[in-house]
Amino acid sequence: MLLYDTRYRSATIQVIALIGFMLLAAWIITNTIQNLEALGKPVEFGFFGEPASYDINQRLLEYDSRDSHLRAAFIGLLNTLVVAVLGCITATIIGVFVGVLRLSNNWLVARIMTVYVEMFRNVPVLLWIVLAMAILIESLPAPRAFRGDNPTATMDFFNSVAVTNRGVYVPEFLFSRSLGDIHFFGTSSLRFDVSLDLIAVLVVLGGSIFAMRKVSAWATAAQESTGDRPTIWHINLAILFVPMIVLLGALGFHLGYPELKGFNFTGGTHMRNSLIALWLALSLYTAAFIAEIVRAGIMAISKGQTEAASALGLRPGRTMRLVILPQALRVIIPPMISNYLNLTKNSSLAIAVGYMDITGTLGGITMNQTGRELECVLLLMLVYLAISLSISAVMNWYNNRVKLVER
Amino acid sequence: MSDVSFVRKEMLPEKAPPASEVGVLGWIRHNLFSSWLNSILTLISLFFIYYVLSNILSWTFESVWNANSLSECREIMMATWGDTHGHACWGVIKDRWLQLLYGFYPPYPAHPDATWSNPPETGSWPAYFRPNLTFVLLLVAIAPVLFPKAPRKLLYVTAAYPFLLPWLMWGGSIWGPLMVAAGFVIGYIAYKLVISAVGSLTALILAIVLPLLWWLFAAGPVAGAINSAIPLGIEPVQSRDFGGFMLAILLGVVAIGVSLPIGIVLALGRQSDLLIVKYLCVGFIEFIRGVPLITLLFVASLLLNLFLPPGTNFDIILRVMIMMTLFSAAYMAEVIRGGLAALPRGQYEGADSLGLNYWQAQRLIIMPQALKISIPGIVSTFIGIFKDTTLVSIIGLFDVIGLTNGIRADTAWNGVYWELFAFIGVLFFVVCFSMSRYSMYLERKLQTGHR
Repeated sequence: MLLYDTRYRSATIQVIALIGFMLLAAWIITNTIQNLEALGKPVEFGFFGEPASYDINQRLLEYDSRDSHLRAAFIGLLNTLVVAVLGCITATIIGVFVGVLRLSNNWLVARIMTVYVEMFRNVPVLLWIVLAMAILIESLPAPRAFRGDNPTATMDFFNSVAVTNRGVYVPEFLFSRSLGDIHFFGTSSLRFDVSLDLIAVLVVLGGSIFAMRKVSAWATAAQESTGDRPTIWHINLAILFVPMIVLLGALGFHLGYPELKGFNFTGGTHMRNSLIALWLALSLYTAAFIAEIVRAGIMAISKGQTEAASALGLRPGRTMRLVILPQALRVIIPPMISNYLNLTKNSSLAIAVGYMDITGTLGGITMNQTGRELECVLLLMLVYLAISLSISAVMNWYNNRVKLVER
Repeated sequence: MSDVSFVRKEMLPEKAPPASEVGVLGWIRHNLFSSWLNSILTLISLFFIYYVLSNILSWTFESVWNANSLSECREIMMATWGDTHGHACWGVIKDRWLQLLYGFYPPYPAHPDATWSNPPETGSWPAYFRPNLTFVLLLVAIAPVLFPKAPRKLLYVTAAYPFLLPWLMWGGSIWGPLMVAAGFVIGYIAYKLVISAVGSLTALILAIVLPLLWWLFAAGPVAGAINSAIPLGIEPVQSRDFGGFMLAILLGVVAIGVSLPIGIVLALGRQSDLLIVKYLCVGFIEFIRGVPLITLLFVASLLLNLFLPPGTNFDIILRVMIMMTLFSAAYMAEVIRGGLAALPRGQYEGADSLGLNYWQAQRLIIMPQALKISIPGIVSTFIGIFKDTTLVSIIGLFDVIGLTNGIRADTAWNGVYWELFAFIGVLFFVVCFSMSRYSMYLERKLQTGHR
């Protein structure tokens, strides 16, 4: 018998497994086809071209309810990415801060940070999200509180930011002599505009940084040949700021402040409560996990490393930068990236507070309106899978790069 | 020359260390005021703690317990403190805590109309007897697994629990679960009887195929036949009545209990030399880990019925359980794979050199060590899946968070948030925090290494 012959045994098992898997897949697919036929809903994606006829209030690109479902899904995807990127940045900042403070010599500070971490890690993130939403809606002043001669609420940061229970209004960047936009993809559903002003700013910034690195390299070369390092910080500052100021002046840069008109604020950028609540809750929740990772990473570096570095005569700052951090980062980065991944996946809970991310558009209203559960859910999974796999690819690349070379 | 010594001859008596270095004072100096920066941080922290505690404590304890609606709460607050802010209205918890814990599960299932809102008629059993008994039995069943000092006889309860749980919670005839259990007995007997006659492999195949045939074709009719002859059962409860924290525990227990064995199998599959098996496992694990749980719950609520033969329509809670189990199994597999990878190669080679076959080596040498290494990861997966059970509120099941919306929809409690969220948060915190403490205890207990 094939199973008892060691030469063919593994091949036999694999063939059986493959046949079993294919039978299962075929069974599921035929069932699905039969069920869909019975419901009169063949699998097709034509509904993506039809008008979505629902509004998305928080969005990066222009969109109105006559746009197609595909456009709505695209806007939703961008919203997912917005909250994921914002969340990852703030979670990292808070997490590193808390993680370092948990190792503080100060007993009280370390305890407070422990309480923070345990409190956030042991309560579901969904509860934090709805709690943040409730706090924003219930405890912040309504726009009308800003009105009148003797308002009960005032705007923060020199009258530039309005925090209301309808969202936060922050100043927006405006250019009076704007260069205009470039339009991509014409009038299709995936069309988007890129502001030429933004490109100009980025190009100038990139050029400045490149020039600064050149100057630093020149200073290093001078130091190696003469032993004296020329003073370059003022040159670098000038390179960084002068071209940017000139460019902003030429473009007529100014801030557009939010203003109270009628019952609501106008002008400025309006960040809705749903976005703020989701962002806040996800950052604080993920930060608790990141804090633990950072703490473990720092503790994983043996004290001998610090001692050896100071025996070599390195100053504490350099010890940190050249010896401790590169080793700690090897421990910290992989779990950190998997936490970014978790944050991105948790952002799908946006549906609980009505933030229109890809789950809210494609998996929410579009699915309910068109009744295409199979197509919508499968596409939704594919989108998340694509995001996850690209983040994992980055992680694997990094792991391979920093891997210790062993025997 | 007189005997002049320039060095003291007798020892000075030992002096007590300075008061600033020992005791409470020394501790404070070292831990709170060791430098300028630390002193400032300490002062800021003290202020912060004072600020938070003074607000939270007065909110928690200067509160109203005896009120039947939010407006009544506010009247009492106005009368007592002259202010409606900064005082909790625990009346809502007092009014609704049974609902938050049990959802719409009937307290006396013999009277299906009695729910938490209808004044319950008294039954022959105490209120919520069945879920409470299920929970107590759960504690009994996991005690021998968690604590080695617990009596070994309790393992019988553990073995019976998977069949007791659905019967007690959903009710109905006892013959169904018994017939399902009989499948396992049939498989075991078949294996024992046949193994001497034919090889172990044939016996194994028989021990898998016979119970499957029994469950698919015979178990249902036989249970029905016995039930019509000897009707023995308890009142059935509908799945739509399940809810509250009970639902979180139910889903969590099933997902945790079932996902561990599946996760072990998946991890072994992923580590295996069989290429096709390996890639099937990798594909499954990466797919599940790549998508958010909420999409899998969409699959459970909308698509799973499409994947099954036409006409099948099975319970929503069962569907959710299946998807949550698959979800946590994929994470479990990765955690266990980490444990397997952390084992030194010598352990595998040692097992080979002893002449153990694959399964013996796994059972006796590899798995005990790999599982021990991965305990922290396994427990944090457990905690994660338990917290994620709250997501079912998004697909319309009435778990605790879903119930808060229902409570707010009632005019009496319209606008009550913080008390409900605090109650839910404390419930989850207690369970999750004890799980993480237990994992630390287990790690210490199993620590046999040299670190």
